[in-house]
Amino acid sequence: MSAPDAARQLEAFLQRVPYVRFLGMRAELSGEAMTAILPFAPHLVGNTMIPALHGGVIGAFLEATALAQLSVTQGSARVHKTIDITIEYLRPGRAQTTYARAELRKVGRRVANVHVEAWQEARETPVAFLRGHFLLSSD
Amino acid sequence: MAVDLDLIRQMGQHMATTVPQAAALGFRFVSVERARGVLEVPWREDLVGDPDTEVIAGGVVTSLLDHVCGLAVSAAADTVPFGTATLDLRIDYMRPAAPRAGVTAEAHCYKVTRSIAFVRAEAWDADKADLIATAQGAFVVNRG
Repeated sequence: MSAPDAARQLEAFLQRVPYVRFLGMRAELSGEAMTAILPFAPHLVGNTMIPALHGGVIGAFLEATALAQLSVTQGSARVHKTIDITIEYLRPGRAQTTYARAELRKVGRRVANVHVEAWQEARETPVAFLRGHFLLSSD
Repeated sequence: MAVDLDLIRQMGQHMATTVPQAAALGFRFVSVERARGVLEVPWREDLVGDPDTEVIAGGVVTSLLDHVCGLAVSAAADTVPFGTATLDLRIDYMRPAAPRAGVTAEAHCYKVTRSIAFVRAEAWDADKADLIATAQGAFVVNRG
């Protein structure tokens, strides 16, 4: 896919999915490599004492990153369907911006295997990982 | 001696309504008993994950399952409710929820060691016998 097409697919995904807007997720593209960005917002907090992002928010952000990367690479306007995900939490997500990159480990005819990692200050100290399988929708 | 269920109930209501992310998603406390909890999230337009079908987003279900698992862990405490942090969470999506349907989730904390709690959870839209998702998680427990 050409770079403008990839950018258009990504923009369509970010704009069309209401829940992505609810999270406040954004993304930047360099070729087909996408970095997802989740700016901190008070409604994302799960623990007000630390304060820390809700574990579900981190999982949802990682899942949305996988879906966004698939929409960029696969070029379908349809949202692909999650089959299963495993989220591993390494550190609390602090009250600051979170980043994520997805790696498509295998894209088959019907199913894709995707790994995603999220970090805050530095990529060397990840906050969480996601591994998942996604059922690919065709137009 | 098991932890007072009234206390857990209060905490469950508190967890569903005052945690910012839970309040933002509109979680509702349904019930709690020893080592078990039930929460629900009503459908809302801004929580849709697929604009073509108006089905609620998987991410909302993820948050609900994580939250209800935390509630079940807290409700498994012997005396003071535990604080919890998610170590890992695995979710299987059997099918999408029905268009414009809310989701209910129930979790059971079936084992607690000194440091770790093990939890299973299920989510459905209309019928508990026809699940949309199941979850399995491990949580670090912080004994108050």
